[in-house]
Amino acid sequence: MSTDVLDTAVLRTEFRLFRREPGGIFWIMLFPTMLLVILGSIPSFREADPALGGLRPVDAYVPVAVLLGLIIGGLQGMPPTLTGYRETGILRRMSTTPVRPAALLTAQMVVLGAASLLSALVTLAVGRLAFGVGLPQQPFGYLVALLLALLASLALGAVLCAVSRTAKIATAIGSTALFPSMFTAGVWLPVEAMPDLLADIVGWTPFGAAAQALNEAAAGDWPGPLRLAVLAFWTVLLTAAASRWFRWE
Amino acid sequence: MSVIDVTDLRKSYGGHAAVDGVSFTVEEGEIFGILGPNGAGKTTTVECVEGLRVPDAGRVRVTGLDPVTDHQEVTRVLGAQLQQSELQPKLTVREALELYASFYPHPADWRPLAERLGLTGKLTTRFGKLSGGQKQRLFIALALIGNPRVVVLDELTTGLDPRARRDTWELIEDVRAGGVTVLLVTHFMEEAQRLCDRIAVIDRGRIAALDTPAGLIRRSAGATVISFTPSAPLDDTDLGALPGLASVQHKDGRITLSGTDETVNAVITLLARSRVTAHQLRVTDATLDDAFLDLTEATA
Repeated sequence: MSTDVLDTAVLRTEFRLFRREPGGIFWIMLFPTMLLVILGSIPSFREADPALGGLRPVDAYVPVAVLLGLIIGGLQGMPPTLTGYRETGILRRMSTTPVRPAALLTAQMVVLGAASLLSALVTLAVGRLAFGVGLPQQPFGYLVALLLALLASLALGAVLCAVSRTAKIATAIGSTALFPSMFTAGVWLPVEAMPDLLADIVGWTPFGAAAQALNEAAAGDWPGPLRLAVLAFWTVLLTAAASRWFRWE
Repeated sequence: MSVIDVTDLRKSYGGHAAVDGVSFTVEEGEIFGILGPNGAGKTTTVECVEGLRVPDAGRVRVTGLDPVTDHQEVTRVLGAQLQQSELQPKLTVREALELYASFYPHPADWRPLAERLGLTGKLTTRFGKLSGGQKQRLFIALALIGNPRVVVLDELTTGLDPRARRDTWELIEDVRAGGVTVLLVTHFMEEAQRLCDRIAVIDRGRIAALDTPAGLIRRSAGATVISFTPSAPLDDTDLGALPGLASVQHKDGRITLSGTDETVNAVITLLARSRVTAHQLRVTDATLDDAFLDLTEATA
């Protein structure tokens, strides 16, 4: 099946190629869960903390690890691959066939999106089974927040592809963007534990808003409309920027 | 019926005219060559035919379609081998062939194609592990896999060893025998002379000559080359007076003349009259090389 932007043969090929990238599989699908396991193995991380509103740190780190997988997929996985496809003429070669090079962009997004979501499932399962972390109380709200965060991450990745000329530059910019993204998602300090002012500022960033939305849904509330609006705003803005600047050659 | 029709094509990059008014038509079933020095505008011209570049001015039609506005339709009838491109490094040869075959409504069977191009033993090899020549052969296969009506081959045999080059030439001749029109960019004169029905010599964005290979050779100043070692010295003024003469060279007692058929007859008469024996007399046609150098130097 083939449309302008989706081709199942291209999608299957990109899935196959992703399976041949042990680095990508490790960082997107295993690393976030490993981080959770390491942190959860520290005894004090399994004790309720008043600074976290009575949650245990390991509870607070489940949404963080969930976000981490999709941040790595969007910022580390996609930009070097797609920029490399453009740099080495793979997109150009494809544009001489009836299938558009956009099919490769879509396939990358679907593959990395699926890997990130799978990573989230593994993290939730390991959190539940190994550390007794409750599953999200508001699963539908959790899923909505997760999908929006995923779109924001992929759109940010697409912007990085748009501004990078070579795969090397894309890797460098991707790594640079990774650290603030990880910080706002709460990798060093979960958003609930941040001082109020910092938490408020972080709440305006895509992954800060995503972390707060996931926390709210995990606790059983529907994510606040402001959180979802911030996420949606970033997704639209980044998608517009990517489609404005992205070059096929 | 003309399959490719290019009229007054122009394309500039940053004020520099890469293609500056090129016109030609390619008939159905023809092998049409584009020859020219580096940077002459050959690749830009064919990229406009492939729809990869948008012309600044002029008209390009492929089977009556505009490669830019009717891009999708053109890609179904036109197969392209680009001068520089890659595939995903971890994609195997077989996967690449199957993937690209899936893009077309009526693809060729990739197995015999891989066989013809000597890729059968490499089907499970990843693209990144292929040698330059193997990559090149895979791209030729991918250009043909959609059963195109037209193939555009940019530097067809660059990077191939002499045997693979000859095998590829045979393949292209077979493809043409099947009714496919071929547009070939090359800088191998032997390749152009062997394969092309007609050749456009492009120099600095313009067509310097357009003719059959034999026609181009005939046009060059010294179309016939005569060389011999005379048994006794010949008078330079006698040599200089030969009709149709283009050049004379003396080297180690051997004389090399270039000229026309008329020059050949006159040399033989001169030798007989002077009672000089010509040892190791050789008369050869000038090559396309000579014609090419003449044509592109004339405008330099």
